[in-house]
Amino acid sequence: MKTVTLKINGTEHTAEVSPRTLLVHLIRENFSMTGTHIGCDTSSCGACTILIDGKSAKSCTILAVQADGTEIITVEGLATAEGLHPIQEGFHLNHALHCGFCTAGVMLRAVELLEKNPNPTEEEIRWGISGNLCRCTGYNNIVKAIQWASAKMQGKELPSTEPVFV
Amino acid sequence: MIAEPFGYSSPQSLDEAYALLHEHGDDAKILAGGHSLIPMMKLRFAAPTHLIDINKIPGLSYIKEEDGFLKIGAMTREVDLEESDIISSRYQIFTDASKLIADPQVRNFGTIGGNIAHGDAANDHPAVMMALDAEVEISGQDGKRSVSINEFFHGFYTTAVQHGEILTEIRIPAASGHFGSAYHKAERKVGDYATAGVAVVIRVDDGGICTKAGIGLTNVNAVPMRAIRSEEALVGSMLSAGDIAKAAQYAAEDCNPSSDLRGDEDYKRHLVSVITKRMINRALERAK
Ligand SMILES: Cc1cc2nc3c(=O)[nH]c(=O)nc-3n(C[C@H](O)[C@H](O)[C@H](O)COP(=O)(O)OP(=O)(O)OC[C@H]3O[C@@H](n4cnc5c(N)ncnc54)[C@H](O)[C@@H]3O)c2cc1C
Ligand code: FES
Ligand code: FES
Repeated sequence: MKTVTLKINGTEHTAEVSPRTLLVHLIRENFSMTGTHIGCDTSSCGACTILIDGKSAKSCTILAVQADGTEIITVEGLATAEGLHPIQEGFHLNHALHCGFCTAGVMLRAVELLEKNPNPTEEEIRWGISGNLCRCTGYNNIVKAIQWASAKMQGKELPSTEPVFV
Repeated sequence: MIAEPFGYSSPQSLDEAYALLHEHGDDAKILAGGHSLIPMMKLRFAAPTHLIDINKIPGLSYIKEEDGFLKIGAMTREVDLEESDIISSRYQIFTDASKLIADPQVRNFGTIGGNIAHGDAANDHPAVMMALDAEVEISGQDGKRSVSINEFFHGFYTTAVQHGEILTEIRIPAASGHFGSAYHKAERKVGDYATAGVAVVIRVDDGGICTKAGIGLTNVNAVPMRAIRSEEALVGSMLSAGDIAKAAQYAAEDCNPSSDLRGDEDYKRHLVSVITKRMINRALERAK
């Protein structure tokens, strides 16, 4: 067994884990934060995406022991006392989720994307979330939600949240 | 899915890592980005008894031009290649390839050293390295040695890296003169391995004569392969449409694709021919 100490959403956590424990299991099972989902379990779908030291990562493909000493953000850490994170607000207002299974992962991926590229083009958004599969929405509203969050985070005029029928 | 049990160490220096490799014997494995190894361990295609995580060893991640070489540290992540100015201004072949490797989350972790050391003809960097005439630096307790990429891949998942050794650096002859490079692969969807991929590096002199050509092929042979006849068809030529068509035809004839879910053999040969032609033209455009 190995001792792992890490910060999740600003709070320090410690656990004794076997080296084969996956980070996603540590988060969900040891620390009971079930907002991070497991979809494919084969590094493909992105449902398990979290931020590790600011980088989006598939937590089903990282060992818990590798995360020792890191700072992690999960979906539970996006909202603050002041309210929802702009990306959450964007998803809410633009109907960017149906079942919600992919949503935590897509939002965390989008947070890193907007951090690096605050004003992405539609193509850059689509390319930027290419590691996240959504079986429900068809992605168009996810793209709108990220565009909305981008405008909000830069204090720009907010785009319409009227549904677009294509 | 959970891997079989294994031990784990996280050395802080290369010397410590070599000592651990010796201590744990043949069944120990190096853990770099982990994005090839961990999926294989979860599927139990691989079951090392001990992992030696080299992520905490400082000094293995860099991209620099020095002594006539582009030097890339083994632990340099795909995302660092994607975002590097040296790469995007002079070695666009990496920008082309990185964009097509897996997806953004995987590229945040996957390393260039791991991509090559994995020894898989389906990975994209091996063909890129062949086109670029790379040398690989392999280090161990007895010092460092340098191996040409042409002698690096021994077979399926086996490379020149011997037990107790670590791949530490990749060295590429620096771009000079009218130099152009390009990579493309056909994939069924984002994150898929190549149905077929082609890496091309071209140098031309002031008169437009091709003085150097490197062509590497992805996933159309048991080990990463170089299209030697195609390279020979280009060097010394003016790179006319006819010369380029001949090189493309040779690449399609000389590769050995197998029919599988990604396509049958004829289709893959056709792809190799089309992509070879396009990448020679793109590299030539960039060389101007
Ligand atoms: C969903 C998904 C899609 C992918 N798609 C692609 C793709 O399209 N193209 C592509 O090229 N790759 C793809 N990959 C693979 C990915 O790029 C891997 O990250 C890469 O192949 C291996 O790099 P790594 O650093 O993760 O190595 P690891 O997984 O850590 O290691 C791989 C192997 O190399 C050995 N090794 C690693 N580093 C060293 C070293 N420095 N010295 C000696 N041995 C070492 C390890 O012991 C292990 O055997 C994909 C992966 C996933 C999960
Ligand atoms: S559960 Fe991790 S990528 Fe699908
Ligand atoms: S909302 Fe259902 S998978 Fe995306």
